[in-house]
Amino acid sequence: MTATDLPDASAASEAAVRAILDDLAALTAPGAGRGVVVDSPPGAGKSTLVRRAARALVAAGEQIMIVAQTNNQVDDLASRLAAEAPALRIGRLSSTDYRGPLLGSTVVRVATKPAELDDCHITLGTAAKWATVEGHHRRWAIVDEAYQMRSDALLLVAPQFDRALFVGDPGQLDPFAVVETDRWAGLAYDPRLNAVDVLLNHNADTVVQRRLPVSWRLPPSAAALVSPAFYPYTGFAAGTAEEERRLEFTVAGIGSALDETLETARRHGWALHELPARHTQRTDPQVCGAAAALAARFLARGTVERCEHHPDGRALTPADIAVGVVHRDQADQVRRALAGTGVAGAEEIVVDTANRLQGREFEVVVVVHPLSGRRDATAFHLEAGRLCVLTSRHRHACVVVARAGIPDLLDAHPVDDPVHLNVPVKFPDGWEAHHTLLAHLEPYKTAVTG
Amino acid sequence: MSTLAALARLRAARQGRAEPLCRVRHHHLTDEPLVLVVLNLSGEATAPLACMAGTRRDEAVTLTVPQPRNRDLRQEFYRELAAVVLAHIARCEDDRQELPATRTRPAQPICTDAPQLVVANRPTADYLRLMGRATRFQRPGEDGGDQAVAHLGQWLTFFTERAEYPGSSLLLTLTEQLTAHWATGQSRLEDANLAKLLAWIDPPDGLDGARAALAAENPVDFPPAGPATDPTFDEVELQPAMQAYDEAVAAGDEEAARQAAARLRQAVAGQLAPTWQRIWDGLELLRAIPEAAGCLRRWEDDRLRFTAMSQHIRDGGPPQPIHDRAVDAAIRLASLERAQQLFDDQRALDDPFVLAERRTTGEAFGGVVVDRDLEHLGQSPTGRPVRRPRFTVRTEDPPPYDTTRTLASPRHPGKTVRICQVTPDGPQAHLILLELVSGMGNRKELPPDVVPDIGETVCYTPVPSWRGSPKYPAAEETPWTHGGPPSQPGDVPQPEEP
Repeated sequence: MTATDLPDASAASEAAVRAILDDLAALTAPGAGRGVVVDSPPGAGKSTLVRRAARALVAAGEQIMIVAQTNNQVDDLASRLAAEAPALRIGRLSSTDYRGPLLGSTVVRVATKPAELDDCHITLGTAAKWATVEGHHRRWAIVDEAYQMRSDALLLVAPQFDRALFVGDPGQLDPFAVVETDRWAGLAYDPRLNAVDVLLNHNADTVVQRRLPVSWRLPPSAAALVSPAFYPYTGFAAGTAEEERRLEFTVAGIGSALDETLETARRHGWALHELPARHTQRTDPQVCGAAAALAARFLARGTVERCEHHPDGRALTPADIAVGVVHRDQADQVRRALAGTGVAGAEEIVVDTANRLQGREFEVVVVVHPLSGRRDATAFHLEAGRLCVLTSRHRHACVVVARAGIPDLLDAHPVDDPVHLNVPVKFPDGWEAHHTLLAHLEPYKTAVTG
Repeated sequence: MSTLAALARLRAARQGRAEPLCRVRHHHLTDEPLVLVVLNLSGEATAPLACMAGTRRDEAVTLTVPQPRNRDLRQEFYRELAAVVLAHIARCEDDRQELPATRTRPAQPICTDAPQLVVANRPTADYLRLMGRATRFQRPGEDGGDQAVAHLGQWLTFFTERAEYPGSSLLLTLTEQLTAHWATGQSRLEDANLAKLLAWIDPPDGLDGARAALAAENPVDFPPAGPATDPTFDEVELQPAMQAYDEAVAAGDEEAARQAAARLRQAVAGQLAPTWQRIWDGLELLRAIPEAAGCLRRWEDDRLRFTAMSQHIRDGGPPQPIHDRAVDAAIRLASLERAQQLFDDQRALDDPFVLAERRTTGEAFGGVVVDRDLEHLGQSPTGRPVRRPRFTVRTEDPPPYDTTRTLASPRHPGKTVRICQVTPDGPQAHLILLELVSGMGNRKELPPDVVPDIGETVCYTPVPSWRGSPKYPAAEETPWTHGGPPSQPGDVPQPEEP
């Protein structure tokens, strides 16, 4: 994509949002269907859409409820809505021990019971909180991050509304259940499915499906991989042009392998930092150490980013950099390694698992590859959503750290998940997505010896 | 597998003997459980060939089916099995007491004891589920249906569904019980073989675990624990006996049929008996481990479920449906997850080995008290200042990842604390600031040992939270997102043989 395409990207994105708002307006007529599902690739303006839709519904005379999945999502959405539309009365449902940033807010009313927020135009709460509410009803609801919501949670809140807008990213991690059983396999309402799948299983003809076509977060280098690898049938484009975002180092490197990897990432938006093949524990000290060293190196090299928001450049801070891992103990290991790098601010770099990085955005992300050093490729480590989350958090560059030999590991472990009647094959397939990613990264590889 | 479990397996492999994983037994064992060994006819999904059942090692009933493909003989077998199982259940049904009300449930009657089934392995438990599925939809008087057999089906379904709940003891699979308490030096797949598993835990004199397990692969001395049979046995003994029976029946020769059936019974008994003995050996090993304190409450839960099921059947309630409805599925998933959480939390409080394992994963932590503030004031929900003593623990364990949970020390499970702050202390350690939230008593003066002393070594692990589950809509009010109310009330199941 070149710079001249940009107006098209904006126009395409705006047209998609308008179509969704028109759908909502049309659905307000009685008997006109149940709702809209919007699939959104990473960083495609999902939360902007939620806020616009909320304002549009309120403008049409509705009082609405918004269901989000985490307290952070609710707080963030509420404070942004309050900032954008100061005239609206906005309420935030919370538990009794709420200690979040909206406590004592003058623009958002916080209450534990919906009755206290009855005159609010918009009432927001987590799915878990809404589940405890009785005797509350709205004609319209907006369900944010609906693909992260388990369908049994939807069952609890669905009696409270007639129509809904469901927004979410289908490529991310599916919700999680600790119970392993095939008791419900093949049932349209399997409680372990995500909310959107169950909704569509029962309402395919009364729910409109839409998607957002442009990712504003991912640079063209990332969209070129993430779109075919994780969204094979619903491709998207980057909203920025090739040269629009740049990284620069203000401190010269010393030509080490770390610097070589950084340079590749700077030029191409991707880099693979490959350590020698070896079977290791998942807390592989060398891989975790290399991930920490790379993340800290971005700071030490005085990295400056230029983009559509900062054409004159802005120095990266620790909060702009993330290290994505698979297991919590890896995160601990990386944090310890970061503290040991001696680089100022390194311990403030965000280190977290894929589950917790969902929905977040950084300038640069270093990823510990899920299959690095493993002897086997389990369904957990193969999951496409996990890999997708890790490789789609960045605005500039993504560095993957791994042991060599993962393609061989993949070939030695073909997918052997049980197949059930009535259960559609899940796309994208994790095994395939892993191969696609590694093939794409091959030209950007720095092999570390010894 | 946790690091400690992996370590235990390595040690077991090196020393040639299983390594204990638990200090206490986390499942209840009744005095007289009903042990069942079941064999199925190869190639059929549910064609029972034989069953050995009894509540004592020296008192077993052996039921056999000379031709399992014959539906009438199969039904006869179910009738005999129903007599055994229903008698075992009936012993517990009438002796009831009143369970006092708690905050979450009203007072209710509860059976003072509950029946317990013990089988060798997971496939046998699954097989009981299939038998339940094959029999529970029978209606007396229709197509030779039998009330007792239908009740057997409902009970078998009840036991196998209940067995999915972590911590439930109504149906125990012995291999899973033993692997929960011992690590062996063989693979998990091999651990599923009862004979091989026992060979590691209790090898015969002069043999180490690996050799004993190898010897246990011989199907002549160690016939499979069921429900699958040994193919050589099928070919050499079972097939000729069954053929002789078929021919005698075809010729109308009752005496020959009886002889053939007796020959078959003897052959099958030889396959069942070794497993029967092994199950009782395994039960003795388990019984020697002291029972965990948390078992009492879980067993009470089992007894409550049993009481409710007993009442359901006495009231002529319908059999369990083939598929859960949307609401039932959600409720079941929520209660399964809740049971898992309660079981994990309670085990860590009961068992130092489990606690150690949790410390390696950041769920629990242990360390030394380095600071304390007995006079610290916090705020009650109404804003009133209340005394909330605080203290700091320095730990070299992985830092706790969920800082929102309420914790307690196994030594003082009633004194619960919450995490206020976690700060790194050097590269390997963390300082964890804790605040006491309960167990301070009502007096003005704090009890003397309410907070551990400086220098004391302590461990903290999440306490089981008995919070109630959210209120699900009634099945008739299933929302539109889940397909609306089910078309037929109760989703009337169609009888069908699996």
